[in-house]
Amino acid sequence: MEMITENAGLLLDAIGTTLLMVVVAGVGSLILGVLVTVARVSPIPILRRAAFLYVQFFINVPLLALLLLAVFALPDAGLILPLLPTAIIVLTVYESAYVAEAVRSGVNTVAVGQIEASRALGLTLWQTLRLVVIPQSLRAVVQPIGNVMIALAMNTALAAVVGVVELTSRVNKINLVYAQPIEIFTGAGIVYMLIALAIGLAAGRIERKVAILR
Amino acid sequence: MSEKPQNDAVARAMVRLRAVDKHYGELHVLRDISLDIAEREVVVVVGPSGSGKSTLCRTINRLETIDSGEILLDGEPLPVEGAALARLRSEVGMVFQSFNLFAHLSILENVTLAPINVLKMSKADARREGLELLARVGIADKADRFPAQLSGGQQQRAAIARALAMHPKVMLFDEPTSALDPEMVGEVLEVMTSLAAEGMTMVVVTHEMGFARRAADRVVFMDAGQIVEESTPSDFFDNPRSERAKAFLASILAH
Repeated sequence: MEMITENAGLLLDAIGTTLLMVVVAGVGSLILGVLVTVARVSPIPILRRAAFLYVQFFINVPLLALLLLAVFALPDAGLILPLLPTAIIVLTVYESAYVAEAVRSGVNTVAVGQIEASRALGLTLWQTLRLVVIPQSLRAVVQPIGNVMIALAMNTALAAVVGVVELTSRVNKINLVYAQPIEIFTGAGIVYMLIALAIGLAAGRIERKVAILR
Repeated sequence: MSEKPQNDAVARAMVRLRAVDKHYGELHVLRDISLDIAEREVVVVVGPSGSGKSTLCRTINRLETIDSGEILLDGEPLPVEGAALARLRSEVGMVFQSFNLFAHLSILENVTLAPINVLKMSKADARREGLELLARVGIADKADRFPAQLSGGQQQRAAIARALAMHPKVMLFDEPTSALDPEMVGEVLEVMTSLAAEGMTMVVVTHEMGFARRAADRVVFMDAGQIVEESTPSDFFDNPRSERAKAFLASILAH
């Protein structure tokens, strides 16, 4: 137990870093994912194509490979950012592809009549997307997006591999000193479970609140 | 409705279709349609299923494109796409068979969405006007409900209010009562009848022959993509000229 009390500051710091990654990359991937979806359903062929390739690329390349690429290859190419922002950016673009897939499945649930009614009122295509299609799509995919956010929370642990001192990295370092792997890693596991639980409960609440009556 | 101008040369054509043709693949849905609809005129389009009457209605605000011919709205040709088409559509109200109220917005938000975002009306003005319109169609007490919480008849009246909020030059009704339970048809037709009496230019695709008789200035009978007959309601119902109109009337009035 003194293992935890003696390292409380460091552990809280590490949990803070993990939460920071979850929140910033979460919000960022939501925004980016919606923009990618808009591009994907837009009538402009080059945008659709680019969005499709974006989603395919990030869904088909392992996150760890992307992290390694960003941390070791980009500085080689002259692009140097601190580790934590680099990891957050990689997580954001990676998860945004999954958000985009989820939102796109929501777009498919929007009835054609909703779009016709919007166009018939004189709303432009972009207004129709912004005011009718995307709001309805997001309401339909709250739970799937919650699952993407939970996956994002778990994926932050990979940042440990490239040197970000977040929760997994910190408990690993502590274990090297105390050699009590069961206690320390179980404790870390419980923290991740609590984060996932919080996201899941929030998604459930939001879904009940915004669900569209049909 | 005797004070209404009849479709003579003096009345301005609000909607003008010239030699309009449209195919769906092999199917020739509109064949050489020419039709003028005067300002303040109420034209009811009737005909058997698949006769092209809904398609005709939907070409007027270009929800359906046409293969050839010309459509003019208030003297201006329909723009092909983009901002000009959106602006034109904002001047043409449309009421759908399936209501198509925005499912994620309250009834009042449904009515104010386009005035705020297209006409750039202030939220307060749009709200005030929206509530007036909802009162006019008899559902002011439903302003904060969501579409799914309303009956079909109430939803369709909300949809009419939504279209009227744009101060349209023309209202298109595409089978507005076909999806309604029989006891709700009356409340929607009542709103439409009062609109007609107020001088709104209307194109109404419907199977409600009572409404056609009561509110129409002119009945257009379509079959197989063609306009077969155009006449006043009393002429059409009492003395149909074509065999196809006679057969159609016999089939619907027999029951």
